[in-house]
Amino acid sequence: MSIEVRNVRKQFGDFVAVNGVSLQVASGELVALLGPSGSGKTTLLRMIAGLEYPDSGSILLHNEDATNHNPARRRVGFVFQHYALFRHMTIFENVAFGLRVQPRESRLSRADIRDRVLHLLELVQLERLAKHYPNQLSGGQRQRVALARALAVQPKLLLLDEPFGALDAKVRKELRRWLRRLHDEINVASVFVTHDQEEALEVADRVAIMNEGRLEQVGTPQEVYDNPASAFVYNFLGNVNLFHGREDGDRTPVGQMKAAPARSTERGNGQARGYARPYEMIVSREPYDASAIRAELRHVYGVGPNVKLELQSCDSSTLLEAEISRGWFKQLDLKIGEFVYVAPRNLRVFSDDYSI
Amino acid sequence: MRPAANNPLPVRCASSPLVRRILIGAALLFLTLFLLLPLAAVFAQALAKGWGAYLDAVRHPEALAAVRLSLQATVIAVGLNMVFGLMAAWAIARFSFRGKSLLITLIDLPLAVSPVVSGLIFVLLFGLHGWFGGWLDEHNFQILFAVPAVVIATVFVTFPFVARELIPFMQAQGSEEEEAALVLGASPWRTFYSVTLPNIRWSLLYGVILCSARAMGEFGAVSVVSGHIRGVTDTLPLEVEILYNEYNFTAAFAVASLLSLMAVVTLVVKKCIEDRAHIRGGQT
Repeated sequence: MSIEVRNVRKQFGDFVAVNGVSLQVASGELVALLGPSGSGKTTLLRMIAGLEYPDSGSILLHNEDATNHNPARRRVGFVFQHYALFRHMTIFENVAFGLRVQPRESRLSRADIRDRVLHLLELVQLERLAKHYPNQLSGGQRQRVALARALAVQPKLLLLDEPFGALDAKVRKELRRWLRRLHDEINVASVFVTHDQEEALEVADRVAIMNEGRLEQVGTPQEVYDNPASAFVYNFLGNVNLFHGREDGDRTPVGQMKAAPARSTERGNGQARGYARPYEMIVSREPYDASAIRAELRHVYGVGPNVKLELQSCDSSTLLEAEISRGWFKQLDLKIGEFVYVAPRNLRVFSDDYSI
Repeated sequence: MRPAANNPLPVRCASSPLVRRILIGAALLFLTLFLLLPLAAVFAQALAKGWGAYLDAVRHPEALAAVRLSLQATVIAVGLNMVFGLMAAWAIARFSFRGKSLLITLIDLPLAVSPVVSGLIFVLLFGLHGWFGGWLDEHNFQILFAVPAVVIATVFVTFPFVARELIPFMQAQGSEEEEAALVLGASPWRTFYSVTLPNIRWSLLYGVILCSARAMGEFGAVSVVSGHIRGVTDTLPLEVEILYNEYNFTAAFAVASLLSLMAVVTLVVKKCIEDRAHIRGGQT
């Protein structure tokens, strides 16, 4: 196991940033730490790097207890959210820094350092910018320099804090595919922090979802998306529609609807919420079945093959979102203000202890 | 949208050539009356009896001793305050701790307290009837009315300059680059001199220059603790005062011109550093 976090806890003043988190990352694996801001994901990452020390619990790197090791001793590659390039050094010097500060006996010769740095700059396609300073580079270029610098010391672990957070959408997409390829090429264990569920689901082998300092669920993208362990996870992984109701044995009446109870770990006081994704909504002119809700069409948007509808339910006046194919939308021939029937095709029920 | 369309008055005023000329003229007039004229007067008076008298006054052993002491106090004060200021700024910018705002206030204390009061504090501490006076006397340490007191008073009065310059700068820069260096395997000391120091060097130099300008010109606190022993504990400003009180105007102004020259040199160095920092600032 490359990284093993055991029941780690970290508190800043009264704020519990990380509350009893355990996580394992195997070598060669790319794991995303996903969560909203303040969920403790960056703190957890910084503790793995040795930039923060846990109040309790332990961190093992390569099966060796590294809880109290300083960052230098852990030999991890760390990419900071805002890159943290050394602003007074050229790109070449930035990448060479980690090699030059090694103790004399393990330091490479000048020529070897030069070769390694040029090779890395080639890898990140920035060899022609070696003599430039960080502020002369674009965000995406700085990001790649930060990666090259982290990789220069040949770490077995690569930790990335919101690696694509400050980039525009197109560069983001390119870079994250590139990161995935790079990760597979150099065979390290990588952990990256993100608040973007799409990014986590697309790039990572496994996704660890954090909320308020706790780990809500860890699993492959498919697992967490198809079988969310909690309402929070379900909510965080995509848009949802919410239905209130009472839990009642095997069948759960939600509003006027009945739905099969979903796998849930939060069963309890009888109050229940049902969730359905927009694309799981059936929209029709006539009631699809007894559970269908009458709703008014308020807004239509979206380009491409699907159309997104914003609907207001007639009895509870809550807003619902539905995503249907453009073909079906044309067939329905709907106009704003008209009434339709919507029904969830697939309703997940979690007990009522989480609010959006 | 053009601001002029929305808010024509200030825009018209700001761009009116008349207003601009009046403002610039007033500033220039003020500078001439209160800065350039007195400075010119100093040199005029100093040279009133010709170059010979001027050189005699400047080469007088007591004047040279005063120059030496002033420079000595300045070098020590700047050196110590560079270290203290850096440490204080580091602590304040990098860590959060109880009493941080109190520490910031304390750093400013020498600016708020009148230099004469600062001098009296040291008389109270090191004087014969002061807190440490008895002990110092027993062990034959002469601090008050000797060179050490002059240096200590100068250090105290100039303490805020380096720290004040560095704190906002280091706070704005944050510690990510230092963390990056540590993760890359650099030792704390290596991180300090290859990452922190190059980043703050212009701020540090600027603070050092302000600090040395103040140290050379310090009068009040030094006057209280020096004891005015000519040729031994008189700094340049004190020497000027003594000569002036003796109606030895030519010598007084000659020594004053030395002090002014040192100030002008400091200003020029400061200007060069600002320009250079500005150029680098565009690149960093």
